[in-house]
Order: sequence, then structure tokens, then C-alpha cells
Amino acid sequence: MSFVTAVVCAQSQHFAGEFHKLLLTALAAKEGKLPVTPDPNRPAPPSADKRWKLVEATMRRMGNSPRGLIESLHTVQEVFGYLDLDALRFVARALRVPLSRAYGVATFYHFFSLRPPGEHTCVVCIGTACYIKGAPQLLAAIKQELGVVPGQTTADGKVSVLGARCLGSCGLAPAVVYDRDVAGKVTPQALRDHLAKWKSHVS
Amino acid sequence: MSPEELEQIAEAERERQAKFKHRIKVCMAAGCVSCQSEGVKAALDKEVAARQAAAGGGECDCEVKCVGCMGLCAGGPLVAVGDSALYQHVTPEDAPALVESVGGAPVSRLVCPTDVPFFQKQKKVVLENCGNIDPERIEDYIAAGGYTSLMQALGDMTPLQVISEITRSGLRGRGGAGYPTGLKWSTVSKAPGEKKYVVCNADEGDPGAFMDRSVLESDPHRVLEGMLIAAFAVGANEGYIYVRAEYPLAIKRLRIAIKQAERLGLLGNNICGSRMSFHLDLRLGAGAFVCGEETALLASIEGRRGIPRPRPPYPAMEGLFGQPTLINNVETFASIAPIIRHGGEWYAQIGTEKSKGTKVFALAGSVNNTGLVEVAMGTTLREMVYEIGGGMAEGRQFKAVQTGGPSGGCLPAQFLDMPVDYENLARAGSIMGSGGMIVMDDTACMVDVARFFMDFCMGESCGKCVPCRVGTYHMHGLLKKITQRRGSTADITQLEELSDLLKNTSLCGLGQSAPNPVLSTLRYFAEEYKAHVEEHRCPAGVCNSENGDDAANEPPNPDAPVAIDLGSGKGGDQ
Amino acid sequence: MIRASTIKTLKIDDRDFSARHDETILDVARQNGIFIPKICDLKGLSPVGACRLCLVEVKGSNRLLPACSTLVEEGMEVTTTTERLQRYRRNILELLFTERNHVCSVCVSNGHCELQTLAQKLDITHVHFRYRYPNLDVDASHDRFSVDHNRCILCSRCVRVCDEIEGAHTWDFMGRGIESLVITDLAEPWGTSETCTGCGKCVHVCPTGALFEKGKSVAEMLKRREFLPYLTQMREEHS
Repeated sequence: MSFVTAVVCAQSQHFAGEFHKLLLTALAAKEGKLPVTPDPNRPAPPSADKRWKLVEATMRRMGNSPRGLIESLHTVQEVFGYLDLDALRFVARALRVPLSRAYGVATFYHFFSLRPPGEHTCVVCIGTACYIKGAPQLLAAIKQELGVVPGQTTADGKVSVLGARCLGSCGLAPAVVYDRDVAGKVTPQALRDHLAKWKSHVS
Repeated sequence: MSPEELEQIAEAERERQAKFKHRIKVCMAAGCVSCQSEGVKAALDKEVAARQAAAGGGECDCEVKCVGCMGLCAGGPLVAVGDSALYQHVTPEDAPALVESVGGAPVSRLVCPTDVPFFQKQKKVVLENCGNIDPERIEDYIAAGGYTSLMQALGDMTPLQVISEITRSGLRGRGGAGYPTGLKWSTVSKAPGEKKYVVCNADEGDPGAFMDRSVLESDPHRVLEGMLIAAFAVGANEGYIYVRAEYPLAIKRLRIAIKQAERLGLLGNNICGSRMSFHLDLRLGAGAFVCGEETALLASIEGRRGIPRPRPPYPAMEGLFGQPTLINNVETFASIAPIIRHGGEWYAQIGTEKSKGTKVFALAGSVNNTGLVEVAMGTTLREMVYEIGGGMAEGRQFKAVQTGGPSGGCLPAQFLDMPVDYENLARAGSIMGSGGMIVMDDTACMVDVARFFMDFCMGESCGKCVPCRVGTYHMHGLLKKITQRRGSTADITQLEELSDLLKNTSLCGLGQSAPNPVLSTLRYFAEEYKAHVEEHRCPAGVCNSENGDDAANEPPNPDAPVAIDLGSGKGGDQ
Repeated sequence: MIRASTIKTLKIDDRDFSARHDETILDVARQNGIFIPKICDLKGLSPVGACRLCLVEVKGSNRLLPACSTLVEEGMEVTTTTERLQRYRRNILELLFTERNHVCSVCVSNGHCELQTLAQKLDITHVHFRYRYPNLDVDASHDRFSVDHNRCILCSRCVRVCDEIEGAHTWDFMGRGIESLVITDLAEPWGTSETCTGCGKCVHVCPTGALFEKGKSVAEMLKRREFLPYLTQMREEHS
């Protein structure tokens, strides 16, 4: 175990990230270079993709401890869009989490997806207020237009449709999130128009 | 940070604000953001800048300010000009007219009247700053008196005094169960343990509830201050806010708030020169309603599947990482600072005999004024629906009000004059829950509503205990059958049987309360069930037989009792 | 030496007992020949309170409490068998039977199955809830063992024994609610598992025929669990 890791482990998990940074800077100032000695016990990322650095940063912030599993999976999903088996295996190893537990967590929480998302995502809120105010009609419109139900992606990979338990935009029911933008008081026609816009766009 | 330094910050901020003669406030909470209030803000900024340039530059006397939720989400985007004029449904094109109106006559076509019950009937304690301060600037919160309660607690009070003040206030947990907050704090403070945690439950999972979201988006520092006071009272030095990943704006503002508080030394080591240290971090939920249950929430913070465990041991004794842990919900923490500032007695004067203080409700569904309201406990449902809510939308007939989400119930018109508090709601067969209040009109089918909630509970059951895992599946199947108008009275009997089973044998609150929507609709809307199973019709015209049809795959007579093939063996060891 | 304060006296079904403070109601019942049905609990593994069959009435508590995970308390008065409790237990067993495809006469565990025994003990002959008939797989990729998800009741004994006793944590659950399944590693075929040591403990703690040894006849497929109290005791003495 290198000096840096030993010190970090001795600190509370909360500080680990900050402390690590501080130490690195202090050492770098002293030696004039960053002391990057790869820990032989640490698994290497599945690929040379730079985005793994972000995942590793999150794991470091969480003290590379098993309790950082969910936060790390959040980062993987944020930067790659979904969790594949290689990512799960890497995160599980790095955080010393049993493989089956990592898979169990990834499939327990509906926010995580094990399949790549479509080019666009359309999240339909199916909370109570939206349900009462017409979410079922929106889902019917989607089924008619795209032939998919929540949880599915169109065959051409264009659009993923998801259902949300409640977006908390109940005052604007029914609500839909197009990619990242929330729209309120959505009518089936407005939804169709939006889907048509996506369809015609070649990106 | 000392009280004097805090006052200096407040003073500097007040001076800064005084430099502007006029102020235009734009709602930047999620409701209005989803009606493009960002565009409105940009247009207003541009317009103000253009006018200033045309006037030859110099000191600008009009501030365009981002604020949190102003409550009336139905009217979004909302813009307030000066102290009196509130405008609704504002578009970017309205910016010139609004800026023109500053200090002059209001723009009548956009005016949102504020002398109506929606605004007059409210009593704001938790929401006092919402819609007034910029949620992304700690200075604004401090100028509004923020963090003085923390100073007061740290400087002039002992942890015991803080707890007794909270106890005196009569505050009860706003997450749903209504457990006395003072008692919980006292238990955690007495629990032996070298390390203690304070956790804020911001996993607002009830569909139809957005109180916590609005508070976090509009006034995040208030929650931080409440947590800090709690940490002082129970002797904790580490805390977490567990917030839903579905609330990106709330997450962003909490992150900003934590950074700002750390910068000012309000979070960290030796807070305000005292011996108290408190470190706070966010943990994001990942789409599991059951994580609102406290033991499941703790499992999730620990990075595991959100599976509840039997209590006792209660988290107050053995919680996060096995240490004593105080868990309260957002609104509970948001009520703490005013209680310390004005005293427990003051808070206890508000509300009813057993339910003190105010409660924030998310009013949604078929009323004209959907949005966020805070009222004194004991306000009647009629006041909520017909005065604050502005009556039924589209002149429809009132049918029911749903409180408490999937754990609550649907109350019919006979309860309209019932004062809303924990006891009355429970007696009527519902619960306070976190504060979602959904008004339903005659176009809603109550059997379908029950099916909707059972679908929710089935999908959110963690799967650990048998009654909840399999029972919700069967109850959903029975309700689906009834809404497909293929049900019989025997199905209703079976629903009642399963309700009794789940209520009494499920491991956690999710399963125990999952039958509530069914039981309350069976109790008050029995004639609707009857119409479905006896006459095979839906009085509201909602249910049609194509409802997710899978009748073709079912065995010919699925309802006859099936003999189990127990083989001839004599069974294994026990 | 055991201090007097750590000894609790309690009543179970109107009989007086004394017990150590760290014992559960179920421990006391078990030692004294009082039958409380249970299926997720197994002595030697941590209690989880999942099956809800061992719920008992405790005077002064408005809720039913799981005997497997409720510690004894001074003056506790426990009732293990009432008409209501038996009704709930029968209901719960019925739910288990309807959840997956349990057909005893073609099951390898016929005659040594805890689910079957309980059904017989509680006089269950018919199920009045609707069968679910899920379409589930059998994974026979392992050299020596198979898992038949149709017979799994999700009691988590395999998960616990693998984690707590073997230390491999090959098993866990995936999904949630009615869709939950036990998995090995990343839900890959058992035979390809990188972490499974092939010790077979999971097979021997499985209460039903969900986990079984290949090539054994019904008569041979006895589950042997002597290792569990032995290993637990050895470890306690070493720690």
C-alpha cells in the first residue's frame, strides 16, 4: 500500500477525496511532478476512454469503498448513458463489491439502465396527478406513434420511452420530459408533434 | 463566523439590495422552469440592460432576481414586480411591458390577483422565504435572518434546551407518520455511540407530492440550518441528504448551498468557533420508492439495495453504519429554524390540539389553483379545495380528495368539513403522508384509482417479504380484473382478505399501508365497485375492457380453488 | 460467567422461560420444543424477517412481531398460535405456492422440502388465490448443481450462507418485487461463475428443490446442514 493510500484510508471516508487532492498537490509541489504510481491492486478501466477518469474520480471521492457503489454507478450512467457488464465488473472490483451485489443494485434501482438509451429520451410522468389528468392518453399516443411502451427503445434506436413515478411537477400535469426539458400540460397532439420533430431530425 | 460577522454579511447584502430602487422577481423553481421561466428571465435581463444603455449607462436601479417557488404553479411562469404586482403566464415577449410597468401602472392583462384566498388563507412558516430570496445566494438567506437560529442554538443554548424547545413546539415528523420530533431527537441524543449521523430524507416518492422539492429548490439553506441545529442537539458530526435523482434542480441548488455554507464556515470543523463539527454530503436516490422507508434509505446510503429490515433496532439506536442516526424529512428540518427563532410556544399556538404548526401541501388534480400551499393544521378540506384551490376546474363535480399517496386514502365529500390533522385523517381511513393532496372530480373512477395505486405498490415492492411481494401482485390482478369489468363479488372479498393480511404481516410501511387506497375506496365508494362487478359497467366511464388485456392467456376458470400437488412425500426437516 | 442482568424471563404460550438477552423468541421456542413455522430463518445465518411465517403476538405490542428477529425482553408475554396467526400463515404459504410453479410430485426435494412440510402441518390442501404460472428458467450450467427458479421462494438462505459462511458472495438478488430472482455474479450462468467455489453450501441450506445436486435421486437429495452449527461455533470460538 502506498503512502498516499495509507493516509487516505486512515481518514474518514468523507474527507478522502479532499485529502487525496491536498496530498497530491503538496507532494507535487515538493518534487515538481505528480506522484502517479499505479496501485497493482486496483483494476484498470475497461478501455482507454477518458470518461473513466470521471468514474475513477467519483470512486476516489467515495474512498474507494463499497458504500460508494450507487454514487459510482450514477457517474457511469451519467457519462456513458447506461451500465454495461464491463462497467459493472470494473466498478465492483475497484470498490471491492461482490459482482452479484453490484448487479443486484444496478437492477434494483429503476434509474439505472443496463441497455444503451435511444438518441432521445421521452419520460412520461405517471404520478397520480398526471394519471388523473391524462398520462394514459399520452402513453397511448406514444404506443401508436412509436409502437413502444415505457421501458423500451424504438427499433431504430431513436427514442427511448420511460415512465416516471412522479416528477414533482404535479401543478402542471400531465408532464413529460423531452431529453432534459420538462414540459407541462402536455396534450397527446403536442406530444405527437414533438416526436415528429425528433423523427425528422437527422443527427 | 461569529454572530457579528453574520450580521455584517446580512448588512452588506441589505445595502446591496437597497441600491436597487426596483426589483423584478422571476420564479425559478421546477414548475415555472418547465414553462420556460428561464427565457423570461433572459428577456427581462436583456430589456433592463437595453434601457440602462439607452439611458446612458451608469448605476442600474432595477434588479432582475431569480427566486424560488411562489406557490401558484398553475399560473407559471410567475413574475413579481415590486412588492405588489404578481404576473402569471408571462412570456419572454412580455418583458418590455413588464419593465415599463416598474414603478408605474401594472400590466393588467397579466395580473394575477393576490387578494384571493389562495394567498390570503396561507400561513407561511416553512415557505416564508420561498419566492422572496435567491436560492443560489447564501447572502440573501442570511439577509432574511438565516443562520441566526443556529447562532442562537450554538451560542446561548445547550443541546438539551434545543431539544426541549422542539418538544415544546409539538412538531411532528412531516414525512408521513407524524412521530413527535422532539422525542426522536431526545432518543438519538441519549443513544450511546461514538459517532452519530443526521440524515435528511428528501426521497419524496409519493406521486403527487412536491413539497420537499419546492423547499429544496427555493430555500435550501433552511434545510441545512435545520440539520445543523439537529446535529448540535443530538451530537452528530456527519450528515447526509438523500435526495431523489429525479430532482436535478434541487440537487444542483443543494450542492451550491453546501459549498457556500462550507466557505462561510457554517459547515465543517469548529463551526462558528464552537467545538461542533458537522460535515454534510448528498446521496442521490436512484428511483426506488421504498427508499423513503428509513431502514431502506440507510441501506441505500450504504450503497446497497434499498431493502428494509425489521425494527427494532430503530435507526435512532442503530442506524447508518450501525451508529445512532436521526432521520427527519425535508419539511421537518425546514421547520426547525423558525421554532428556535420564535420559540416552541409560538409554534404550538398554530394548529390543532394534537397537530401543531403548519403543513405544506402540494395541491394538484382537478382544482383551479394547483400549486404549493402552506396552511395551519386544522384547515378544512373545503377551505383547501374551494377557497385556496379556487374550486373545481372546468366546473366539475367534486368526488374525492386523495391524501398520503400510495399509503393514503380517498376521502369523499362527507369529509369536506373535516379539519385536516394527523388524527382526523387517520380516523377517516387515510393518512397525512408527506402532504400530497390530489383532488378528483366525477370523471375519475375510484376503482381505477385503487388499481393505479396498487400498480404503484406492486412495482415498488422491494420483494423481500412474502405478503407484500406476492400480495400486491394478487391485489393488483384482482383490481385489474374488476376494472376490466370481469370481476365478481368474490374478488372483492378476496381483496378484503389480502388487505387484512398485508396490513398486519408486511415487514415495512410500504406493504402495511399498500391496502389503504383499496380499503378507503371500498369503504366510501362501494357502489362503484358494485357497478363494476354486478353490472359490469364503470359509472365514470374510465374503465374499458381493453385495459391492458391479457384475458386470452388465462386459464378457463382461474377462480376455482386449485388443489396443490403436495406429492406423496412426508416433507423435510423443520 | 453470565451476569444475572443478562438473563430475561418471559412467557411463551403461558409457560415460563428464561433466556439470554441476546436470544430471540424463536431461539427460546426452538430450545423448548414449541413449534413456530418459519422458512427464511435458519439457525447459523443472520435473521432477515422476510417470510413472515414466524409472526407472533406479543402483549403490549400493536403489531405482530417476527419471532426470528425479535429479542427476548423481561416480562414479555408471547402467544405463538392463535386462529388469526394460523390464518395469516396459511395465507402466506398459499401466496408462496401461487408465486411460482411448485409441483411436489415431480420435484427432486419431494419428501424433504420445508415448504411441503409446512403446507402439510398447516393443513393446506387448496389454494384460493390465482396461480401466476411464471415462465422461469432452469440453470444447469454448473457441473454438480442446478438452480430451478420455478421452485425458489426467495428466502435468501443461499445468499446469506454464501456471504456469511463461505465468504464468496456469489449469490444475490436481481430486480425487485415480484420480478426478483436469485443470481450468481453478474446474472451469468452458474457454471461460468468466477467466484463460486463449488462448496455446495447454498444447495444444502435451500429449503425447497430450487437448488439441488445433479444426478441424485429424490431419495438421495437430502439436505445436510450439520456444517452450519459446526462452522458457526468454530468461528465464535476463534473470534
